[in-house]
Amino acid sequence: MDLDVVLLSRLQFAMTVGFHFIFPPISIGLAWLLVIAEFLGWQKGDEDYVRIGKFFGKLFSLTFAVGVATGIVMEFQFGMNWAEYSKFVGDIFGAPLAAEGVFAFFLESSFLGLYLFGRNRVSKGVHWFSALMVAVGATTSAFWIIVANSWQQTPAGYVVRNGRAELTSFSEAVFNPSTLLRFFHTVDAALITGAFFMAGVAAYLLLKNREVPVAKKAMKLAVIFGLIVSLLELFPIGHEHARQVAHTQPEKFAAFEGLYISQSGAPLVLFAFPQERPPDLKATVEIPGLLSWLAFGDVNARIQGIDEFPADEIPPLFLTFVSFHNMAALGIYFILIMAWGAVQLVRNKLWGSKKLLRLFVWSIPLPVIACQFGWIAAEVGRQPWIVYGLLKTRDAYSFTVTGGEVLFSIVLFSLIYLLLGSLYLFLLVREIKHGPQTIRAEGVSA
Amino acid sequence: MMDLNAIWFLLVGVLITGYAVLDGFDLGVGVLHLFTRSETERRIHINAIGPVWDGNEVWLLTGGGALFAAFPMVYATIFSSFYLALMLVLTALIFRAVAMEFRGKLDSPGWRRLWDWSFGLGSLLPAILFGVAVGNILRGIPIDKDKVFTGSFIGLLNPYAILIGLLSFVLFTMHGAIYMSLKTDGALRERMRKWVFGTWMAFVILYLISTLATFFVARYLFESALERPVTWILFLLLPAAVLYIPVATKGEKYVRAFLASSATIVSIIGLAAAGMFPRLVPSITDLNYSLTIYNASSTPRTLTVMLIVALLGMPIVIAYTAYIYRVFKGKVVLGEESYH
Repeated sequence: MDLDVVLLSRLQFAMTVGFHFIFPPISIGLAWLLVIAEFLGWQKGDEDYVRIGKFFGKLFSLTFAVGVATGIVMEFQFGMNWAEYSKFVGDIFGAPLAAEGVFAFFLESSFLGLYLFGRNRVSKGVHWFSALMVAVGATTSAFWIIVANSWQQTPAGYVVRNGRAELTSFSEAVFNPSTLLRFFHTVDAALITGAFFMAGVAAYLLLKNREVPVAKKAMKLAVIFGLIVSLLELFPIGHEHARQVAHTQPEKFAAFEGLYISQSGAPLVLFAFPQERPPDLKATVEIPGLLSWLAFGDVNARIQGIDEFPADEIPPLFLTFVSFHNMAALGIYFILIMAWGAVQLVRNKLWGSKKLLRLFVWSIPLPVIACQFGWIAAEVGRQPWIVYGLLKTRDAYSFTVTGGEVLFSIVLFSLIYLLLGSLYLFLLVREIKHGPQTIRAEGVSA
Repeated sequence: MMDLNAIWFLLVGVLITGYAVLDGFDLGVGVLHLFTRSETERRIHINAIGPVWDGNEVWLLTGGGALFAAFPMVYATIFSSFYLALMLVLTALIFRAVAMEFRGKLDSPGWRRLWDWSFGLGSLLPAILFGVAVGNILRGIPIDKDKVFTGSFIGLLNPYAILIGLLSFVLFTMHGAIYMSLKTDGALRERMRKWVFGTWMAFVILYLISTLATFFVARYLFESALERPVTWILFLLLPAAVLYIPVATKGEKYVRAFLASSATIVSIIGLAAAGMFPRLVPSITDLNYSLTIYNASSTPRTLTVMLIVALLGMPIVIAYTAYIYRVFKGKVVLGEESYH
């Protein structure tokens, strides 16, 4: 049997990263909300906020554990499945991964132990500081990973020599043209994810009429925070990021927006069914000239379409278009629902509005899904390149690993991840149903 | 004077050693957990490492990242060559990590037993497999002149590698038993002390056999090592540390025993590294095909940048790690916040 090792390796990578990427956005977002809640609890001496800290701290711990467990794979699989890639980019790509360990992983993992187990062992100030360090560590971790990934999108600070990319400027490689915008975009997405997580859980408690004072404070915090971060994601972050893609990766931008033929006064496509061969959009709803204006500040600006690029250098059109548009639509939904929540909050009608509370509960997974769409759009939109313009994905896999081995690991990891995912959901729902009151008083000593 | 490549050989070695010393006792505690006798004992084992294991495991992740950054050829060659073996290690580490979090979430004996086993086996398997990996590297792996691996998964399970796997297994178990003696009281500590003596005997025997076997399997290790002064220092430190372990344990000086077993781990890895230097992955096909710190490294610029990162970051890491260990020092107390 002849197995396509490249395809299998891609599937495996998509699966392991995709599954892992469910957890970090929740952890990062929740970590910052915990920092705020613990701060209020400490400064105001408000026991309700401390209980928010303890309750969401448990949910955080569960999420973090699965994130860590699935994250270990990430550090190794570049070498395992993408040995040729690792050799080509090692001089540049390894450094951010190592820096992530030194500056981020140690910080978040070490202080998480102190945060979760040390509440009664250190002062309130030190305990709050440990929560802050967990959040700072998680965010710094996102920074270095996005440095590495952004270098794949818009490589800079290198020269190709001796058959590999060699570093010429660390600062240019780190702050390549897409790093900062992608960092803000991704971290803000994580903050939205955390806000919807906290709001949804609080809404559930309110609907069940349990722990109402704690739930109200959590809801208020999550809705105010959530509205701010959801708005920021659209403007300026999302807008600027899209402009940057238009300038630095035009074929990806064209695939995002469904612009298959170069034109001036390009329309913004709101809805369509894309078709791969020949590239075409069906049932299109669009606003004329808007895309040109958004991307280049001029309704008549000419934008390159897919037709201008060589056929073997364009990304898969359907997947890129669909995931990008779904992400954007969800982004708008997040603003609307948080705004609605905020209005009801101001009118003091949020607590009685069952319909809205239920909507919040069911919206918990949506930002996670939006993150997945965004990631698919970014990575599939980069194809066929593994490093944009420098190295193709099909030349980057491990020659010495057989198709059978990759297939075996795909099957193994599918089963493990299916199990972990189900257990995570099961335990999370259980913990949420238990609510904040589950504090077992015990004093067994060794 | 050491050049940059040699400094990075040392730094990657420090990260691997840091991992072995720190997560080594976590793995040992996991193995010992398989032999506990009551629910309380099991909770004590898990909570003895609860606040620190995650930080300890980061030494492995950072070691992997540093290897990628400093010696990408080694990272790419080793990890793709040891593909299935690494998959097994990763699977074990995944189950070990979630087991601690999951096991106390349901009040059902069957559920707890399931996660007890995955915690125990998830610790036991890496404790052996890390040794198997080291054994293979010391012995040399089949790499041809184009630095391409020509071996197989089964080939990795050779008798010498398995011997080193057993050695690392008893070493980590002993290290874990000493750590547990430090963290417990009463009858449980008495049993842990017995484990220290038992695993110590096994370790000494296996170490002597391994040294002898190494002389036949990887003689090159002795040739260059004996010319280096560091070898002689470690050569004196190792027996002193090993012999001090039972003495300190008998005298109930567990901190000293722990330091002695840590020194044992440091000297063993140090001796192996002194023998390998400047090779990172010796080739069994022809020693001249080996990956070395010169033919497998990143550019001097990257090595310099990374050195700055390490010098800026690691002292801070070590400082707060030491602080957190101090916060949690003393016997395990099971309370509201502990793992259930």
